[in-house]
Amino acid sequence: MARLEDLPEWEREHLLQLRDEAPRFDTTPWKDGPPLRQRRVALISTAGLHRRGDRPFTGGAGATEYRVIPADATGADLVMSHVSVNFDRSGFRQDLNVVLPLDRLRELAAERAIGSVADFHYSFMGAPWPSTRFEPKARELASLLARDRVDAAVLIPV
Amino acid sequence: MGAVGHYLEQEGIPTTQISLVREHTEVIRPPRALWVPFMLGRPLGVPNDPPFQRRVLLAALHLLEEPSGPILRDFPDDAPNGARDEEEGAACPVNFSRPQPTGDGPHALAHALAQEIAQLQPWHDLALRRRGGGTSGLSGLTPEAAGVFIVAFLSTREPQNYRPDQALGLSLKHACDDLRAFYEEAATAQPGSLSAAELESWYYFGTVAGEVLRELRRVSLNSEDKSIRLFAELTLLPRSVVHQLRAGRA
Repeated sequence: MARLEDLPEWEREHLLQLRDEAPRFDTTPWKDGPPLRQRRVALISTAGLHRRGDRPFTGGAGATEYRVIPADATGADLVMSHVSVNFDRSGFRQDLNVVLPLDRLRELAAERAIGSVADFHYSFMGAPWPSTRFEPKARELASLLARDRVDAAVLIPV
Repeated sequence: MGAVGHYLEQEGIPTTQISLVREHTEVIRPPRALWVPFMLGRPLGVPNDPPFQRRVLLAALHLLEEPSGPILRDFPDDAPNGARDEEEGAACPVNFSRPQPTGDGPHALAHALAQEIAQLQPWHDLALRRRGGGTSGLSGLTPEAAGVFIVAFLSTREPQNYRPDQALGLSLKHACDDLRAFYEEAATAQPGSLSAAELESWYYFGTVAGEVLRELRRVSLNSEDKSIRLFAELTLLPRSVVHQLRAGRA
C-alpha cells in the first residue's frame, strides 16, 4: 500500500501497532520446485471471497476457515463477506482480477509461462488476529493443495 | 498472509505472496514476498488493466525461481492513477442529484433512500451487463428491501431478523454490504473514472444512504443488542470516515 510516511497519522499508528504485535518466527521454511513453466499454481486470497451460495465469513470460532473457489469461477459467481470495511472494494466491484487474478493465471497457462492452473483456489478472511490463529486451517489446506498437485501457491492479501 | 505462507511452506507447498504492508512482511519474514505500492483492497493494482495485473502476478511468480530466501522485493511501479487515489482529501463531489428528505425522522429518510436507489437502478443494470453479474447477494435482499431493513433500525423498535438463524448484527452487516455494493457498482458504471477516495466520499457523505449509515452508527452504538453495538463500533463505517466525523465533517 502507500508508504507509511505518506499516510495520515492515525492510519500509520494503527499499522505500526499491528507490526509490533505481528508474530515472529525463528526460521523461514523453504521448499524448492521445478521451473515456473512446469508449476501448477493455486491462488489463495484473504479477501473473504466465496461463491454466492456458500456460507459468508463471520467472526468467532469460524473466522479462520477457508472457502473453496473452483478454477472456472467468474466475477459473477463470487461475493465478498470480509468483516472489515477498511479497504477498497470498488476495484473488486469492477474486476475480480484486482483481488483474485484467475483470468491472468489462465492466460499465463495458455502461454505456457506456468505449467497449469490448479483445479481449486481458496479464500480466507484476513481479519483474525494474531495471524498464528490460521495455523490449523493452513496446515489442513496444505494437504488439499498437495492432492491437487500444486507446487506454487500465490498468497494475495487485501 | 505471511503466517499462512509460513505454515504452507512448512508443509511442503512452495509459496510466493504479495505484500501490501511492507513493515508487516519485514517482521514475519515469509519465504518470498513482493511488496506493491497499491492501496489496500487492490493487490493487483488496478481493475480492468490486464497488462498491469499480469506484470504484478508474474513478478510474484518469478520469486519462486530464486535460489534462496527470505526474499522481500519491491514492485517498481505505482498503480496507474494510484497517486491520485492515495492522496488524502482528494475526493471530489460527484454530480448526482441527491433526493432530499422531506421532513425529519426515519420515514422521510426511507422515502429519500428509495428514490435514490431508483435513480441509480439504470446505472446498476448497466454495471451488471458489463460485468456479467453483480457482487451483492450476502443478504438475499433487493437494494430496496435492504434499505427498508436498515432504516428500520433508526426507529425505536428494531426490525424482525430476515435470517433468524444468525445474529441480528450480522444480518444488518450483510444488508449494509449489499447496499454499498449496489451503490458502488452503479457509480462505477457512470462515465468517467472515479477514484476509490472519490467513491468513498460520495457514498458516505454525498448520498442518502451515507446519511442513513451515519445515523445508524449514532443510534446503534447504544443498542441493547450486543451484535448491533459491535457492528456499529467496529465495521459499519471505515476508520477514515469515523475520523472525518470526529473532525466535524457532516
